[in-house]
Amino acid sequence: MEFFRFKRDIPFMRHALVFNVISAITFLAAVFFLTTRGLNFGVDFKGGTVLEVQFAQAVDFDKLRGTLDKLNLGEYSAQAFGGPNTALIRLAQRTDYTGTGIDACLKARQAARTGGASGSAIADVSGCVMDAIKAADPSATQTRVEFVGPQVGRELYDNGALALFLVICGIIIYLWIRFEWRFALAAVIANMHDVVIILGFFAFFQWEFSLPVLAAVLAVLGYSVNESVVIADRVRENFRKMRKATVPQVIDNAITSTISRTIITHGCTQIMVTSILVFGGETLHYFALALTIGILFSIYSSVLVMAPLVMWMGVSREDLIRSDRKRPGMTAEKILP
Amino acid sequence: MNRYPLWKYVLIAVALVIGVLYTVPNLFPEVPAVQISTSKGGVKVDDNTMATAEAALKAAGIEFRGEVLDANGIKFRFADTGGQEKAKAVLQQKLNGDSTDPDYIVALNLQSSSPQWLASIGALPMYLGLDLRGGVHFLLQVDMKGAIEKSVNGALVDIRTMMRNEKVRYAGVSREGPNLVLSFKDAAERDKARVLIDRNNPDLAVRVVDTAPDDLRLYATLKPEAQKRIQDSAVQQNIQILRNRVNELGVSEPIVQQQGADRIVVQLPGVQDTARAKDILGRTATLEIRMVNDDPGALQASLNGSVPIGSDLYKDRNGTPTLIRRGAVLTGDRIQDAQPGFDSRNNQPIVSVTLDASGGRIIRDVSRENLKKRMGILLVDRNKTELLTAPTIQEELGSRFQISGSMTARETKDLALLMRAGSLAAPMEIVEERTVGPSLGAENIAKGFNSVKYGFIVLALFICAYYLLMGLISTLSLAFNLLLLVAVLSMIQATLTLPGIAAIALTLGMAIDANVLINERIREELRNGATPHAAITAGYERAWGTILDSNVTTLIAGVALLIFGSGPVRGFAVVHCLGILTSMFSAVFFSRGIVNLIYGRRRKLTSISIGQVWRPGVTTTAPAKP
Repeated sequence: MEFFRFKRDIPFMRHALVFNVISAITFLAAVFFLTTRGLNFGVDFKGGTVLEVQFAQAVDFDKLRGTLDKLNLGEYSAQAFGGPNTALIRLAQRTDYTGTGIDACLKARQAARTGGASGSAIADVSGCVMDAIKAADPSATQTRVEFVGPQVGRELYDNGALALFLVICGIIIYLWIRFEWRFALAAVIANMHDVVIILGFFAFFQWEFSLPVLAAVLAVLGYSVNESVVIADRVRENFRKMRKATVPQVIDNAITSTISRTIITHGCTQIMVTSILVFGGETLHYFALALTIGILFSIYSSVLVMAPLVMWMGVSREDLIRSDRKRPGMTAEKILP
Repeated sequence: MNRYPLWKYVLIAVALVIGVLYTVPNLFPEVPAVQISTSKGGVKVDDNTMATAEAALKAAGIEFRGEVLDANGIKFRFADTGGQEKAKAVLQQKLNGDSTDPDYIVALNLQSSSPQWLASIGALPMYLGLDLRGGVHFLLQVDMKGAIEKSVNGALVDIRTMMRNEKVRYAGVSREGPNLVLSFKDAAERDKARVLIDRNNPDLAVRVVDTAPDDLRLYATLKPEAQKRIQDSAVQQNIQILRNRVNELGVSEPIVQQQGADRIVVQLPGVQDTARAKDILGRTATLEIRMVNDDPGALQASLNGSVPIGSDLYKDRNGTPTLIRRGAVLTGDRIQDAQPGFDSRNNQPIVSVTLDASGGRIIRDVSRENLKKRMGILLVDRNKTELLTAPTIQEELGSRFQISGSMTARETKDLALLMRAGSLAAPMEIVEERTVGPSLGAENIAKGFNSVKYGFIVLALFICAYYLLMGLISTLSLAFNLLLLVAVLSMIQATLTLPGIAAIALTLGMAIDANVLINERIREELRNGATPHAAITAGYERAWGTILDSNVTTLIAGVALLIFGSGPVRGFAVVHCLGILTSMFSAVFFSRGIVNLIYGRRRKLTSISIGQVWRPGVTTTAPAKP
């Protein structure tokens, strides 16, 4: 079996401009949705309380919302989760519960603990809400609680941004040393384009952006750079072998001879990701979704964004061959046993 | 040419054996167990305890499947949860009786049923995160500002008292943010105060700031090292308090750890009653100083059961009964500090206690009236009262005094810690909570496991169909990668979370990249007319540089996640990074070994089973039309 049979190189570079315009439009659309709609940050980043409650029968959402409305908690959402018997309740972060239906419960719990001393007790919110739900329907059992205080949420947000920044810097430095600054820059632009598009999808559909999704985004970033590396490797090799060819021809050949590997590898990764999407359940749903978008766009971006960018930036045979001679140890051609 | 020297095969075989040994414990199901441990320094869990427990179980007719004594205590395994429940009740009764202050913690637990010899070589199953086994995770934040503020306020009171006692004339003492500001009218007085503070409060850095000729000032600030010491001891103290309280919950493998500068993680596997857990973790302990009822007749009477009105009978840590009068002379919030040390005169271990000014006044009056009598120091933690010590008052005490007696250095350290604990150095607040029910945990394991299983099967089928024998070799090396990854995770006892299992699936999906690269390269070499042996060699060698590059970039992302991720995401990062490392070994070194084993010995190799190699009429390197 062999899927890809190319009689001659596909002239990708001839249509480079068209592809770049398409990416630019997608990219701008993603940025547009990110700025207008924004990301729907999960409890990890925003802080707040999430309660997963299981009932003996299908959830009666009108009744549940009635119970919650009576508590006067401000912004909240209640929806089915996983199956009809389970409800997921999200409560927004707040610091003052005076005037809400659980104020008395919070005060009582805090007082029981410290012998009358006052203090912040937002960690008790989940327990008090659960008490109210149980009072309305005794069959309710709490299966999961997540409470993230405002300090932690802010910190996770900052750490996430810092991690993203560090990955980008790390990749630029590595590719710079290994190849050439044009490749480093082009690869990072191509991959940032992937990341922004993933985020754009999350903004457009208002999918929940949680910590696992951030992990998926960073994993995609590291993964889709592979594509660029494979093509860059081939471009360098071709510069050595194809002495007479022009730069676009060298790049076309590099892409054509690696496209089979690109698609098969991504297909294989996607098989695993699809399996997570199908069997992994609700918790991993958006994680797998982010990976899927990332994998699809990383094929596109490394072939049709990174390569033209390198060409526009004016890479030449001398750039790569010289950088080879300067660092003979980095060619890594004969390491294998 | 496609042959490995013997040592490479030996290396592969060794890796395979180690991989299997360390993976196998994960395959044994967990069985119900009861764990006996202790949190008390003086109580040992040893062979004697085991013999007692064993005898008790036999007497009650409860059958157990096995017993282990290790650093964590004794574990008995049972066939079902019924036996486990009964055994817990029996052991609880036998070991602790009806004591309100039990020596042993008897907790329900789950234990792997893998054979003992595997555990003895350190081959243990992976440690499951709370999202897989169910339980509570708390992150508590210690209020450092509160701790520092408290000691600055204490210093302020101290300085004022000191200057009054030493008759230093000052115009005013006040607090401005983190600074203490002392103003004087006279330079001589100011210098005198400065010397006094330097001598008596070594934690303060004093500088002279004269704003006007008649407004001479001293600024005193806590030295950075003193601040750090206060913060460290605040966290340590809180961790100690939490450990004591967690033990009370009877959890089998609790985790209480410092995270960052001012946070404490508490993980309680298997705990469902979060309200009670929060209750126990969040409450405040207090220290009380009360007078001892030294009437010998009264003590004898109360030992016989008739405790006089207005007194309570307590036993101290050595079991000596002491009768303590009700009504606290002093409570813990008056204690500023308690530090272990040595008496400068006779080098005996002591605890030096510092009270605030009003505490000092009270203790001076009380000690003057009660010379040569004893006072009891009690730790009141909710409704459990513990007598820490009952020293005799030797002289009139002030705001700084010391407790001596027949104590070892270790005991003074414990006592100082407990006294500080009673005074609660810094309040804590729960800033994060994650609770997962046990059924949800089991569901998550099944979901993660299925993701890996079905993904792997489909992937293997596709690769085998596409690359035939070479595909089978790729699949084998992928399976080897999975084996190594699980073995390494078990070996380092990494915490496996649901995102961690997803990372296993994802890593496998990415690791196949190396094999695809190699196989595609071999096909290409064949297409360009290379002999099979040359194609294999060239395929592996040319692909290696690319594999290395792509893994390094993936690793960069993994390491960034490892540094900045927290909780389940860190689990993801650990698996991801390790998976990349094992995949380099398996995809290149291991798969080449099998290829060499199959093809390497055939001198006249005419073809490789790698699927169809399509040859175009024209060469692939034909230049495109200009």
